[in-house]
Amino acid sequence: MTKKITEEQVAGVAHLARLELEPEELAVYTEKLGGILEYVDKLQELDTEGIEATFQVVPMSNVFREDESRPGLSVDEVLQNAPERSGDYFKMPPILESEDAG
Amino acid sequence: MSPDVCYLSAVRQLEMLDRKEISSRELVLVHLARVKKVDGVVKAFLSIDEESALKSAEKADEIRAKGGGCKKLLGLPVAVKDNICVKGHACTCGSKILEGFRPPYNATVVERLLNSGAVIIGKTNMDEFAMGSSTEHSCFFPTHNPWDPARVPGGSSGGSAAAVAAGEVSLSLGSDTGGSVRQPANYCGVAGFKPTYGLVSRYGLIPFASSLDQIGPMGREVADVALLLSVIAGKDDKDSTSIPAAGDYHKSLDRDVSGLRIGIPKEFIEGLDPEIKNRVDEAAGIFRKKGAVISEVTLPHVEYAMPAYYVIAPAECSSNLARFDGARYGHRAKDASDVLTMFKKTRMEGFGSEVKRRIMIGTYALSSGYFDAYYLKAQKVRTLIRQDFEKAFSECDVILSPTTPITAFRLGEKIDDPLSMYLTDLYTVSVNLAGLPGLVFQGGFVNGMPAGIQLIGKHLDEKTLIQLGHLFQKETGYHLQHPAL
Repeated sequence: MTKKITEEQVAGVAHLARLELEPEELAVYTEKLGGILEYVDKLQELDTEGIEATFQVVPMSNVFREDESRPGLSVDEVLQNAPERSGDYFKMPPILESEDAG
Repeated sequence: MSPDVCYLSAVRQLEMLDRKEISSRELVLVHLARVKKVDGVVKAFLSIDEESALKSAEKADEIRAKGGGCKKLLGLPVAVKDNICVKGHACTCGSKILEGFRPPYNATVVERLLNSGAVIIGKTNMDEFAMGSSTEHSCFFPTHNPWDPARVPGGSSGGSAAAVAAGEVSLSLGSDTGGSVRQPANYCGVAGFKPTYGLVSRYGLIPFASSLDQIGPMGREVADVALLLSVIAGKDDKDSTSIPAAGDYHKSLDRDVSGLRIGIPKEFIEGLDPEIKNRVDEAAGIFRKKGAVISEVTLPHVEYAMPAYYVIAPAECSSNLARFDGARYGHRAKDASDVLTMFKKTRMEGFGSEVKRRIMIGTYALSSGYFDAYYLKAQKVRTLIRQDFEKAFSECDVILSPTTPITAFRLGEKIDDPLSMYLTDLYTVSVNLAGLPGLVFQGGFVNGMPAGIQLIGKHLDEKTLIQLGHLFQKETGYHLQHPAL
């Protein structure tokens, strides 16, 4: 039986998800994800030609409000949980040196 | 003050407060003493804020001395699941990645609780980010079932269910994405309600799968759960999926059920454990005796609900959990030389294995080339499941079903087998996919463990479910039995 998902694919998905799996984790994830994907493949049994997708169950479309300013959190409240802060900003490690930050 | 007070209904506790038979301070103290006595075994709470609870209780006593106004929960101790923000109090979601996070605002449901005079005594344990069915996936410790501490309380709102079952509070809030209020209510022998999608604001609920998540009330009595629902339901401009509906769900609990049509889905009964089927049959018999008409209905696509759920929920979670990157709050990995490394290290260190597994599945299902085959396909199947319910509800007014295929399993029994754990949600997930209300209450015992009955209603027909659940509790009294702790 062909595998549902390969270790290379799992590593690629991990990168997209901003996760980094150790080599031994990669094998475990590949097996568990393969099992789940096989299970959800049951959906392919159904013919859904012409069926609309249900993205949400509330019978409403766009919800608008007047574009008026309202009180919000203060800068200090917003930054109170910051792991690192510099003045009124969140402090982050360098972005530009990173090869794949975009 | 006798600890038996802890096992009175919330409605009765509020009556005692109103009649000055007990003060809120005393009521909170007796519950805190109960927590000290039993929570070493049950482990329902992640945090308790005694000082702030006593302060709120004293304030409630002052308000009551001045007349009380019409605050529905004035002075009553309640517990809140740890994925719902209470301003200034730790909010972990059962995860290490939210280490140290203190929300700068209240969830709308918390605002409503506080406006009604409720006293929040603590935050309850849960599977990390509500992903799990046993509370074993909490990054801190598992919660234990008060009926048998070797067994799980269910999940993900296992702490909120166990706290109520153990008499640590009479009311709590949970959240339900695929059964996370109803399944632990079932395992712990309490009542739990997943309202119609949109009835309760999700603002301040840390999201798991936004198109499925709903906050729900838990308590030992259906009447109590209805009271808490009246407090938290209603339109909120801060949640764009909030719908303009609300009600006094705790009023007119008694009704004549003669002629009410109750359907039992044949797909939920086929192959069901005979002992659990007996519980459902007994409930059907009680409603029939009162004049309801019981019939068989069919939900032909319901066998596809689980696979559809295990595409949709992980897909939405992979997007929702992208915000946990160490930039603005919570855990941040040390010594990362660049931002991408910091993101990856933070997430690897902060998330537990089940959360990572679901993020991976969801990312895969949404990735280029697989979106149509998985996510879009699952959302189309969701339409078929919704239509099944619509058709069933043209033949009946309420659906009666079991809650889970088994009673509470042992800790450790399913932890390494995600698929077998997922299957415990077999009868609950379809209700979330269709956005319908679902009420679970204690339906008797199977080998000494509670087995819950589930009622599923039409869109916004919370009231009928409450009335039927209340009737069942008056007839059986199962909910009046308590675990020996």
